[in-house]
Amino acid sequence: MVKSPEKVEDDHAREAGKVLASRQRAERRASFEFRALSTLPAALFVVILIVLLVRAWPILQQKSLVGLLLGDVWRPSEGQFGFLPFIAGSLWVTVLAMIFAAPVSILCAIFLSEYARPTTKALIKPLIDILAAIPSVVYGLWGVLVIVPWVQQSVGPALGRWFPFLPLFNSSNPTGYSILSGALVLAVMVVPFIIAISYEVMRTVPRGYHEASLAVGATRWQTVRYVVFPRVAGGLIAGVVLGTSRAFGETMAVLMVVGNNPIIPHSIFDAAYPLTALIANNYGEMMSIPLYDSALLASALLLMLIVLLFNVFAALALRRATAREQA
Amino acid sequence: MENHIQIRNLKVRIGSTEIIKNADINIPDGQVTAILGPSGCGKTTLLRSMNRFLDLTENSRVEGEVFLDGQNIYAPGVDVTEIRRRIGLLAQRPYSLPMSIYENVAYGLRIHRVNQSKNLKPIIRHYLELAGLWDEVKSRLSDPASALSIGQQQRLCLARGLALEPEVILADEPTSALDPISAQHIEGKLQELKEKYTIVLVTHTLRQARRLADHVVFMYLGEVVEQGPAREVFDNPQMERTKAYLQGSIG
Repeated sequence: MVKSPEKVEDDHAREAGKVLASRQRAERRASFEFRALSTLPAALFVVILIVLLVRAWPILQQKSLVGLLLGDVWRPSEGQFGFLPFIAGSLWVTVLAMIFAAPVSILCAIFLSEYARPTTKALIKPLIDILAAIPSVVYGLWGVLVIVPWVQQSVGPALGRWFPFLPLFNSSNPTGYSILSGALVLAVMVVPFIIAISYEVMRTVPRGYHEASLAVGATRWQTVRYVVFPRVAGGLIAGVVLGTSRAFGETMAVLMVVGNNPIIPHSIFDAAYPLTALIANNYGEMMSIPLYDSALLASALLLMLIVLLFNVFAALALRRATAREQA
Repeated sequence: MENHIQIRNLKVRIGSTEIIKNADINIPDGQVTAILGPSGCGKTTLLRSMNRFLDLTENSRVEGEVFLDGQNIYAPGVDVTEIRRRIGLLAQRPYSLPMSIYENVAYGLRIHRVNQSKNLKPIIRHYLELAGLWDEVKSRLSDPASALSIGQQQRLCLARGLALEPEVILADEPTSALDPISAQHIEGKLQELKEKYTIVLVTHTLRQARRLADHVVFMYLGEVVEQGPAREVFDNPQMERTKAYLQGSIG
């Protein structure tokens, strides 16, 4: 028997109604699941923060915050927990690394995005990206085998000879395990990272701006200098800040070459003891010393807050840059 | 009547696609030459061959010669920045540079280090007047150019190009992104400017070409089908494809 046209349409509409209900159910469930999954990492961050705070609490109660941050003596067995040598160590290594890495990275990103031919780009870009994938312990080994001897035998004596009057280049540490070695290794590690960000930021500038500048006879450099640069400055700063935050948090490669001596450094050839190395080297040992465990977790909290600060700053710089791009 | 630009045996390939097949074109001095044709026929590519902008396109290959006042701009040793100073470009969408209105007009002068010591203010004013923008911006020259409307930005781009006193103005559908009033404004300006400059206009609006053009080049699928004085081509087209296009059955 053949169904009447009305019957066909009725059946069809009823079927569509059923399907609609099930589609809406699936949509609600998916929406809930995705929301839950996305909340998880954010919640994890808060949990880590709380754990650190709770475990660091004993020392924060017994010692003054100023005393901890500005104390320059680290003798846990005598109850002296001054973080200043470690904070100074982290800052010295990170700042020096960024002095090396930032200009190189930005110039390299400019070359890749504005000058390089497609074939050159296709060759160089993946190589740089691979640099970022090398495990940090391998960088550390390379630092121990190559950079430390080089600093010890060549760079150190040469700079000491040429600039005997500069305390920055003089040191009583003849080993080569120094801030300079740490900074050089770190610089090589963050360069691919900053290049990747800067390159992507520069590629967001529409071709029309380049063409507007080139059309009046500007050279490529003039175009980069006057047209591209002002548009991407915020993004480049964000890239450098993210690189800094990365360098600040890097542990393995640095602790292998930096000497790990808890003193406040005065020269790039002095040994230093960054916060990350402090935690990695000592956590789990000598835990019977009172407050030692709590002190290490307080330093971890400090490290986390500093890195968080960098990231917030970078996010703000990036947001300002992109907001202007859209305007 | 002299030819300001002569194109001989021009072939352009981008990747493996032949965009322009053996074009021979004369652009007469001091006239508006309209390049017409349906989308994708190579109009813009042809225009970009005249200020060496194809250099910017990856995988592009240019053969043949483009003479500007008798000088082949594709000859080795030619300075492209000088070519582009002499041949201005008004793009489809206005891109004001990330600086003030004033600096946008001064940009070309600064780039070429022209009149660096002199006070640029009267010069800037002159070109803003020429582009018909002065009255709207005279009280806010130091505002960022991005604050202007899109139609104003297109006139600013015109002023930026004119400030270098080019001989030729290339205009690539300069009104297609604009509202009707702004479009009329730009069209009026081009009308005035042809007294002094050679203008090459790419357009897909036939009526615009009829209003502005003295000379017409009709392209179809990468080939130059017909070229000549506007009146002749419009009133008495010789080729079938030109007729079909003018009647609206292709394009």
